[in-house]
Amino acid sequence: MEILMSVTTGVLFMIGTYMILSRNLLRIILGTSLLTHGVHLLLLTMSRLKTGVAPIWSEDIGAYVDPLPQALILTSIVINFGVTAFFFVLAYRAYQENKTDDMEQLRGGDDE
Amino acid sequence: MSMLHGVILLPFVAAAIVPLFYKLFRRIHTGWFVLPVPLLAFVYFILSMPTIREGEAIQSTVSWIPSLGVDITAYLDGLGLLFSLLITGIGTLVVIYSIYYLSKEKEAIHRFYMYLLLFMGAMLGVVLSDNLIVLYGFWELTSLSSFLLIAFWYNRDHSRYGALKSMLITVFGGFAMLTGFILLYTMTGTFSIREIIDLAPTLPGQDMFVPAMILVLLGAFTKSAQFPFHIWLPDAMEAPTPVSAYLHSATMVKAGLYVVARFSAIFAGDALWFWIVSLTGLVTLLWGSYTAVRHTDLKAILAYSTISQLGLIMCLFGLGSASFYTGGADIALYTAAIMTAVFHLINHATFKGALFMVVGIVDHETGTRDIRKLGGLMAFMPVTFTFALIGTLSMAGLPPFNGFLSKEMFFTALLSVAEMDFFSVQSWSILFPVVAWVASVFTFIYSLIILLKTFTGRFPKEELGEPPHEASLGLLIPPGILALLVIVFGLFPNLLTHSLIEPAMQAILPTLDNVEAKHISMWHGFVPELWMTIGVAVAGILLYLTLKRWQRLYSYFPGSLSFSRVYDFLLKGSQRFSRIITDTYMTGSLRHYMIYIFVFLVLVGGYFLTRINPFERHGEVVFAEVSIYEVILTIVLLIAAIAVPLAKSRMAAIVLVGAVGYMVTLFFIIFRAPDLALTQMIVETVSVALFLLCFYHLPKLQKEKSSRGMRIFKLIVSGSVGLLVTLIALAVSNHQMFDSISNYFVEESYRSAGGKNIVNVILVDFRGFDTFLEIMVLGAASLAIYALIKVRDRTPHERKEER
Repeated sequence: MEILMSVTTGVLFMIGTYMILSRNLLRIILGTSLLTHGVHLLLLTMSRLKTGVAPIWSEDIGAYVDPLPQALILTSIVINFGVTAFFFVLAYRAYQENKTDDMEQLRGGDDE
Repeated sequence: MSMLHGVILLPFVAAAIVPLFYKLFRRIHTGWFVLPVPLLAFVYFILSMPTIREGEAIQSTVSWIPSLGVDITAYLDGLGLLFSLLITGIGTLVVIYSIYYLSKEKEAIHRFYMYLLLFMGAMLGVVLSDNLIVLYGFWELTSLSSFLLIAFWYNRDHSRYGALKSMLITVFGGFAMLTGFILLYTMTGTFSIREIIDLAPTLPGQDMFVPAMILVLLGAFTKSAQFPFHIWLPDAMEAPTPVSAYLHSATMVKAGLYVVARFSAIFAGDALWFWIVSLTGLVTLLWGSYTAVRHTDLKAILAYSTISQLGLIMCLFGLGSASFYTGGADIALYTAAIMTAVFHLINHATFKGALFMVVGIVDHETGTRDIRKLGGLMAFMPVTFTFALIGTLSMAGLPPFNGFLSKEMFFTALLSVAEMDFFSVQSWSILFPVVAWVASVFTFIYSLIILLKTFTGRFPKEELGEPPHEASLGLLIPPGILALLVIVFGLFPNLLTHSLIEPAMQAILPTLDNVEAKHISMWHGFVPELWMTIGVAVAGILLYLTLKRWQRLYSYFPGSLSFSRVYDFLLKGSQRFSRIITDTYMTGSLRHYMIYIFVFLVLVGGYFLTRINPFERHGEVVFAEVSIYEVILTIVLLIAAIAVPLAKSRMAAIVLVGAVGYMVTLFFIIFRAPDLALTQMIVETVSVALFLLCFYHLPKLQKEKSSRGMRIFKLIVSGSVGLLVTLIALAVSNHQMFDSISNYFVEESYRSAGGKNIVNVILVDFRGFDTFLEIMVLGAASLAIYALIKVRDRTPHERKEER
């Protein structure tokens, strides 16, 4: 399973990278989303998969899956959501101001 | 803290309060308030002469950074005293001169005197410091204050150009010197010059000895305007004339000579030092005197003359360094060279200071310094003419002035080279006197040019208008005193020998015994030196009379090949070069920068991956089994992900990304992470909703208009990133180095924290700080979104209209 997940994360990273290298701002945002999914699955995979039951404590259960990566991913999901939302609104405003979402044209002003 | 420290500090304190006097007493020229500073210091140094004469040194230490061995040690010996007297003595005269030279109404004289005092203090610090780091600090301060003084009239282009040039060159040398000092420190473990001199015999042969020597010499050569670093000095002539007289003839340019003299005891005795110093001096001497003749601006002639004379002194220090090598019996032969160097150092300061002041007077009274426009001033300005006569004839080396004596002694020292039977000198020995003789002829010619073209001939009334009149008494006193000294030192040179020159020689040659100054006499029989001087005079006069015929010689060396052009080319070239480099990779395109980052990531990550085998297993690695559900799930996820970049419409792309998110949610369920699944589902739903909410406002997803090559390149980059991540993930999965720390959380979750949902307990209890800050992130993001939407500045379009 770990090998399969490694390949899956690799593909997610590849597509995310490919999208980030686009000219279109919307594609870049979508690319970051895919990249994030890849990171989350990678975090989960690296702590071994399915080594026990879900981490809800109970008297008579011996083995749980590792709860720590789950806590980390949960934090990451929320932060990523905040950043993506901000990024999205930023793209919306940038389009409103500049009338373009082509990154080749968004190169900074002359007075910089 | 001692009297000596106080003297060094005095100019700095005065520099701080001078503007106050300028503001409070507008009717009195600020220079009068400045005058006591160099005067008091001069009196102090005069009074300390008997102590130094006894062979003692005045020293005191103030602790500064004891842990690094950096202490402010003031050390006054013969050499320091000689330079201190020059700095404060000529400083006093220059201040008097500047009072009459600079108008208190038209010029910002408070700035002038601040910079001048800053320079004076820094220069005293250079010559009186025993600690290398403190010496370097003061050294850079002289560069800095010289920079400020050259650009005193900062609204002129030439001033700024000259200031920048001198700054770049001298600071370049300063850095080299600092590196040399640090090398000396690593070799000896001390920053104290005297302690390094004590350790000097152990230095030759060490790896860093030669680099340290060359770096220190680089500092000395740039400061003292030695070939080919002399180019800054002529451009520094844009400074006010008192500054040129003080800094660029008598004091700052001699700082390099001071360093060479001071470090002789450390480096000299080595053949390399002898050759570098004496040959550089000789080349500078010849080149400076040769170039001086071609110029028509009086200050430019004097600048090249200064370069040439500095080369002369440098050459003498180089020859004198042989005395460290020989020691023993014929030491007197080479210490004579050191004596000549010291003597000429004093002489040059006197006559060159006087000549600069004379040129300043001529400029002041006629409004030009161009010898083609000047002439016949002798009748109008007899006193100035007298000073010019004394100065130029002394520079040319004619009796009865002091320049004659030092030139004769210079020839003696050069002829003594023939007797050297070491450093493989033999075949070269004839070179020294011949080159020096030619240089002396040129010196003679430009001395005559300065004197005769300015003061004799016909007065060009149509160009200059009304004939000028003699300068005021205040302008005449300082050059008068210097001219007087030229005659006094010429007629009674032995006033100096025992009081100043001998202690200075002993300071330069501290490790040698029996260092004594010779008795100087004006007449010493029909020796070869006398014939050489007569030859110089005859050849000089002949060449001066035929000047027009051979001046074409100079056109064979076109200006485009001059060293200043090389400097300009290097400066402009390096600017253009860095511009090209920056423009090449700083394209302004986000995509290019991302490519740099990803390529770098792949290269570095790939390099480290080659050092391990990612497929090899370490430790007890048990992979989870794969079921059919997971395979289907993976296939669906991959199909959705791969479809994203291929999507034609933005709607499809957004939905596909949402689909990937929901697949990830399902994975979380399979991998037994209920909280993650819950959160991921909600976040994904809200995200997609947000995407769709703004959907209306965003532009249509345009087809990527990139070339085929670019697409392939992007595929290669992203493919290698994906491959890298896969390999890293595999490598990590195949390693089980030690157990997870999560056992603690599992065990303590209910017992210590009282919660059964272990993930939640970790989030709010064990690692609550993460959650706290994550809430902050959400808060900040929502505030920022609110601000982005609500707070509207004008659009660029409106802004352009307002302009």
